Amino acid sequence: MNITRKTFLRGLTTATLAAGLMMTTSAMAQAKEMRIAVVVKALGIGFFDAVDKGAEKAASELGDVKIIYTGPTNTTAEGQIQVINSLIAQHVDAIAISANDQDALVPVLKKAMKRGITVISFDSGVAKAGREMQLDDSSTPLIGKTLIKMAADNMPDGGEVAVLSASATATNQNAWIDAMKIAMKADYPKIKLVSVVYGDDLSDKSYRQAQGLIKKYPDLKTIIAPSTVAISAASQAVEDAKMTGKINVTGLGLPSQMAAHVKTGASKSFALWNPIDLGYAATMVAYNLAAKKAKAAPGAKIGMGKMGDTTLNKDNVGVMGKPFVFDASNVDKYAKMF
Amino acid sequence: MSDATLSSPSTTATPRNIPDRLHRRGARALKSWEFLLALVAVAIFVINCFASPYFLDPWNLSDATFNFTELGFIAFPMAMLIIAGEIDLSVASIIAITSTLMGAAAAAGAGVGLLVAIGLGTGLICGAFNALMVTGFGLPSIVVTIGTMSLYRGFSYIILGSNAYTDYPAGLAYFGQGYVFWVFSFELVLFVALAIAFAILLHATRFGRAVYAIGNNPVGARFSGIRTGRIKAILFLLTGLLSGVAAICLTSRLGSTRPSIAFGWELQVVTMTVLGGVSILGGSGSILGVVLAALVIGLVTFGFGLLNVPGIVMSIFIGLLLIGVIALPRLYARLKPRVAARRG
Repeated sequence: MNITRKTFLRGLTTATLAAGLMMTTSAMAQAKEMRIAVVVKALGIGFFDAVDKGAEKAASELGDVKIIYTGPTNTTAEGQIQVINSLIAQHVDAIAISANDQDALVPVLKKAMKRGITVISFDSGVAKAGREMQLDDSSTPLIGKTLIKMAADNMPDGGEVAVLSASATATNQNAWIDAMKIAMKADYPKIKLVSVVYGDDLSDKSYRQAQGLIKKYPDLKTIIAPSTVAISAASQAVEDAKMTGKINVTGLGLPSQMAAHVKTGASKSFALWNPIDLGYAATMVAYNLAAKKAKAAPGAKIGMGKMGDTTLNKDNVGVMGKPFVFDASNVDKYAKMF
Repeated sequence: MSDATLSSPSTTATPRNIPDRLHRRGARALKSWEFLLALVAVAIFVINCFASPYFLDPWNLSDATFNFTELGFIAFPMAMLIIAGEIDLSVASIIAITSTLMGAAAAAGAGVGLLVAIGLGTGLICGAFNALMVTGFGLPSIVVTIGTMSLYRGFSYIILGSNAYTDYPAGLAYFGQGYVFWVFSFELVLFVALAIAFAILLHATRFGRAVYAIGNNPVGARFSGIRTGRIKAILFLLTGLLSGVAAICLTSRLGSTRPSIAFGWELQVVTMTVLGGVSILGGSGSILGVVLAALVIGLVTFGFGLLNVPGIVMSIFIGLLLIGVIALPRLYARLKPRVAARRG
C-alpha cells in the first residue's frame, strides 16, 4: 500500500524531472550521472580498499559514473542495513554489496529493489531473494586449473608434485584438489602427484608436514598448497631445508604473507582473487544492469568491461574469472593492500 | 519539590561535591538540560536539511527512525534501572537468545501469536534471572549482567553455531516492517506509546518516586519503608521484557536470526540513556531526555549516512557528545562559584 504510494510519488518526481529536461539541458547532465554504491563488510579493511580502487577504475572508464564507497564500522548485518537505508534514501542507481549476513540483509535489499535500485552482491553473497545476481571471485574448475598451471610453468620437463592442504574434511580445498587432478590428467601428463598431506590450517603442523614431504620425496619439484596457512608454512620449510631453487612452492596465498617468500625464491608464483579486478568487474556488472544494457536471468551474459563477460547459472550466480597470479613483478604492490 | 525534601540534609552544607546533586538542586537545571538537548536535535535537523537534498522526505525520515526505535524500547527501562543505581548489560544478549528461541519455534511451525508470546516470555525469564541474582543474592548488577551477557549469547551460539534461522511466518514481518498509517511504522508508534507509558510510570507514580529515592539513597529509601528489592526486581523484569519486545521487532525486520544479532547493542542503549541526561551514578534523569537522545542519535546517524560519512566518524561524534554530556555539568559546577565570586 505504502509502496504503491511511494512509487506514485517517485513517478511524479520523474515526470516533473522529465518536464524539466525539456526546458533545460543542464539538468540532463545531472540526471545522467549514475551513482553506484559499493557496500563492503566494514571500512578499513585492505582487501576492500583495493576493491574500491577497482571500482573507481571502472567508473573513470565509464565516465558518467560516481562510486560511493561505504560500509559499517564493524562487520555486522545491522550496520550494513543502516548503510543501505541511507543509500535508498539517496536514490542511488545501484548497490553492489559484500554481505556480512546472507539472510538478514534480504528484507532491506528487497526494499531497495522495489524502489528501483539495482542490487548485486559480490565476494560474499546474499541469498537469492535479496539480489539480482551474485558475482563470485572464481570457480572450482578455474582454481584447479590455475593451481596446476602455476606448478607446470616452473617445471617444463614435468616431475613430482605434492599437495599440502588444510584439513581432510575441508570442502573447498578438496573440491579444488579434485579439479586440479582433472586438469592435470587432461593437460599435463608429465606431472605426477605423489602425495596429498594435511596441515589442518595450523602453521606448525603444516610446517612439519612440508618437512616430511621434502625428506620423503628427494625428487620433489613442487609443493602445491591451496591454503594461505599452508603455503607460507611450506615456503618457510623449503627455505629452512635450503631447498630453495630445487623445490618451488605455489598455491593460494596472501600477498602480504608471501612477499618475503617470493623474494627468497622459495615461491615463484601463487594465486588469489584480485580485489581490484573484483571491484572493477562488480562495478561494470552493476552499471550494465542499472543502465538496462543487460538483464540478470539464468543463462544471461553480462559484460564486465575489459574482464570479458560472465554467464549466469540457474541461481543467477556469475564467475569473475580465474584466480590472479602474483609473482616477483607485482607482489610488492599487492602486499601493501592485503 | 519532593526532590528538595529528599536531599534537604545536604543542601545547606555539602561536604562532598557529587555532581548529580546539581540536577536535584532544582527542576530548573534539569529542565534546561533537556532544553539544550532539544536545541541540539533541532540544530542537527536544520543542518541536515541544508546538507542533503534527500533529508526532508517523509519516507526517508521514516526509514531513519529504525536507527533508534528498537534501542529506544530498551533505553526506557534501562533509564529507570540506572536511576535506581543498577545497570543491565545483558540486554543485547537477551535479544540474541530470544530471537534464537523464536527462530527454533518458527522452524517447528509456530504461528505469529506463539512467536510473540515466546519472545516476551524469554525476555521476562532472562530479566527474572538477572533480578534473582541481583536482589535475591545481593550481587552487584554490573558483575551479574556481564556474566549473563556471555551466558545468554552463549546459548544462542550453542543452539545455532554458524547456522541461521530464516523461516519466519509472513505475518511476523509486520512488527519490524509494517506501517500503522502513512509513514508511521509500527515500531515508531510503539516507541511513542512506550515513551508515554514510561514517562507516566517514572514521573507520575509512587513507583517512580521510589525509583528516584533508591538511586539517591538506597539505605534511606529502605528505612523509609520502600521495598527496594522488589522495585529493583520489577525494573530488571521490565528491562528483560522490553528486550524481548526489541527482539521481536528486530527479528521481524531482519527476517532471520544469527547468534551475532544485535551485537554490541548494550553499550548503544547505555549511550542513549546517558546522553539523555540520566546520571550514571543514579538518582536523576528523565524519559523526555532519553527520547531526545534517541532523536539526536537517530538524526546524526541518518544525516551522516546521507552524506556517506564513514561510520567511524559517527562513532567519534557520538563519543564527543557523550563526553560533553558528562563533562558539562561538572565544568559548570566548577565554574559557577568562581564566576559568582568574581561578580561578588
